[in-house]
Amino acid sequence: METVIQKIGLPRLIITALFLFVLVLGGILGMPMISFISDIIKRMGMYGILVLAMVPSIQSGTGPNFALPIGILTGLLGIVISLEIGLVGMAGFLGAVGFALPFAILVGFFYGKLLNMVKGAEMTIATYTGFAVVQFMCIMWIVLPFQSGTMKWALGKGLRNTFPLDNTFGLILNNFMAFSIGNLHIPTGLLLVFFGTCFAVWLFTKSKTGTEILAGGMNPRFAIASGVNIDRNRIIANILSTVLGAFGIIVYSQSFGFVQLYTAPLMMAFPAVAAVLIGGATAQRARVSHVIIGVVLFQGLLAVSLPVANQLVPEGNLSEIIRMVVQNGIILYALTKVNDNGRN
Amino acid sequence: MDKNLLTPDKVDIKEALRQNVVVLIFVFLTFGGVLLSDLPFYFMVTELVSRISRNSFLVLSLIIPIMAGVGLNFGIVVGAMAGQMALIFITYQGWGGTGGLLIAVALSTPLAILFGYFTGVLFNKTKGQEMIAGLIVGFFANGLYQFIFLFVMGKVIPLKDTPMLKPDGIGLRNTISMGSKHGEGIKYAFDYIFRVNIWWLVIGTAAVIMVVKVLANRRKKFRTPFLTLVPYILMILVSLVITFTPGLRLLANIKAPGVTWLIIIALCIFNVVIIKTKLGQDFRAIGQSQHISSVAGINVDRTRLIAVVMSTVLAAWGQIIFLQNVGTMNTYGSHMQVGMFAIASILIGGASVSNANIRHAILGVILFHSVFIVSPTAGKTLFGDAQIGEFFRAFVVYGVIGVSLGLHAWKTATAKKKV
Repeated sequence: METVIQKIGLPRLIITALFLFVLVLGGILGMPMISFISDIIKRMGMYGILVLAMVPSIQSGTGPNFALPIGILTGLLGIVISLEIGLVGMAGFLGAVGFALPFAILVGFFYGKLLNMVKGAEMTIATYTGFAVVQFMCIMWIVLPFQSGTMKWALGKGLRNTFPLDNTFGLILNNFMAFSIGNLHIPTGLLLVFFGTCFAVWLFTKSKTGTEILAGGMNPRFAIASGVNIDRNRIIANILSTVLGAFGIIVYSQSFGFVQLYTAPLMMAFPAVAAVLIGGATAQRARVSHVIIGVVLFQGLLAVSLPVANQLVPEGNLSEIIRMVVQNGIILYALTKVNDNGRN
Repeated sequence: MDKNLLTPDKVDIKEALRQNVVVLIFVFLTFGGVLLSDLPFYFMVTELVSRISRNSFLVLSLIIPIMAGVGLNFGIVVGAMAGQMALIFITYQGWGGTGGLLIAVALSTPLAILFGYFTGVLFNKTKGQEMIAGLIVGFFANGLYQFIFLFVMGKVIPLKDTPMLKPDGIGLRNTISMGSKHGEGIKYAFDYIFRVNIWWLVIGTAAVIMVVKVLANRRKKFRTPFLTLVPYILMILVSLVITFTPGLRLLANIKAPGVTWLIIIALCIFNVVIIKTKLGQDFRAIGQSQHISSVAGINVDRTRLIAVVMSTVLAAWGQIIFLQNVGTMNTYGSHMQVGMFAIASILIGGASVSNANIRHAILGVILFHSVFIVSPTAGKTLFGDAQIGEFFRAFVVYGVIGVSLGLHAWKTATAKKKV
């Protein structure tokens, strides 16, 4: 019994139980299960890549990427540039990815350099670097000379807080080869992109560089002794993480149908960190499978608890409270385990 | 405290500049902001005095954990919650005035001790990651806090009909008014007991500090270098000029809350006195090296726990002082910014993760809030948009925390490499 709990991990067990409990509760209340499942599948694709961004940084030993907003911002910049030059449809989506990529690589490189200078305190510094960059970009969204009518405020300076993508590339992946079985909607394109990216990251972890990164993260001294350039690998891993953050927000935005600028990315790292931890990762160990399990459990719980909680108690925002407690509780739990797992 | 400045043969200007580079940048920012913003000077000073009065206590509550090597206590958010819970209770009971406020202080204390205990235990389990843990613990506690006040209140615990309750009868409103003028609720319940002229307060405080410094040095058979007294002499001179220049009548008459300042001064004295006690020496010892301290027989975890509990209790009181000045509680928001703002303040004052004193705290509050007051209007003058100033101010808050933590981690990492 003891070992089973250890193998699954206490937090994963609790969240799974909570998830099933809410699901059963929804069933008893006679709520439409099929639409729940559709919603869970959609959310998995929507948030999945942002969660996937945690894998390389954790594997390289820098801990969960609390500076995910940096990657997200480069992705948003890619979207804005793509829309500014008037790309629509698939070209708009690919353009956004293409424009985001060089920024993400460049910023990820410097971010990796920064993390190499502050070994041992990566997580706190990552968080505040992310926060500061978000605020810096808030100024930039006002100052940068974008002209596109859909993105700008009709009056006053700067870009809008949120603007729709329905005339450009909103839902382009979700609708690609999408089909319905009764009420069950399958956003085929979204799922293909998510699982495709997962597969690519998985392949990378099996490559020579990927194995070296993993070795450096698990046991830095041993890796150095075997001639691995840890600092270089940590930079590569964080470039990859930043790129995934950029790609993740583009996929998220097309699925959401809106682009959110200004302070919207500020807190986006925490749900992603929580999801990978719920999936079974620790601050030092993560696999692609943890991402898939975690995003289904965490986003599933959120997707289901919202309507169920509203049915039970229409007043108050119970599902938001559940999110805050679960999300931050799991991160705290993982932090208490940082010292247990070897490094101190 | 400021050792490298006190010893006469060590007043090295270059070293002093290097150590205070953050402070200097913010002095520059403040002056630039004051010049750019078209706010009337009188308004700026009044606003600054009231902001210093209501925020200093919270910032001073950070010193003890820094001394004990726990680092910047982002967990003071939890203490602020304890203070707010007590305030919600007395407002619900309709208790106001200084008496009501003292009851709130008394009620918040056991709550804060409990919360601080949990935070401290958590910090002991996350050694080396206390700062991120403190940040997350604030978010986590906020979830529980919202659960209690948004859901349990009115639904599980029946409440009498009060204006605090939302119209549907479940959960408290977003904002709770605790009085809009003195004598109503707890508004200004400490601040308006008596008011003193700010310039005489500055002159008095500066004079006392100078005398204490000189006497302390004399006891150690030690001449006080004149340079260390210059800031205080300048303060006195400026205050005298403002008081006696006929054209500055309005400025000369600005009043500060007397009791609030007495409380702040009492906390300053407490922070100095505690260093001399056994407990304070233990704080400093574990701040230097946990390993050596534990070999020397100090119970490291217990001492860290005490430091965090103390800080949390002080933060609870600090939040009460803050809110009796503001008068309106943002039920679900007032506490969330407390940690960031207080920490940014003390860092701007020149503190670091491992070194902080009263001077850092007070100087930091002054500089931080000066920038805070002027940045929207300065942004408007510079870019034609007040919002840019507001974003800049948030950027400064996060940036200064990130940079200070980064510099500290970088120094520790390079020091480790050298050994």
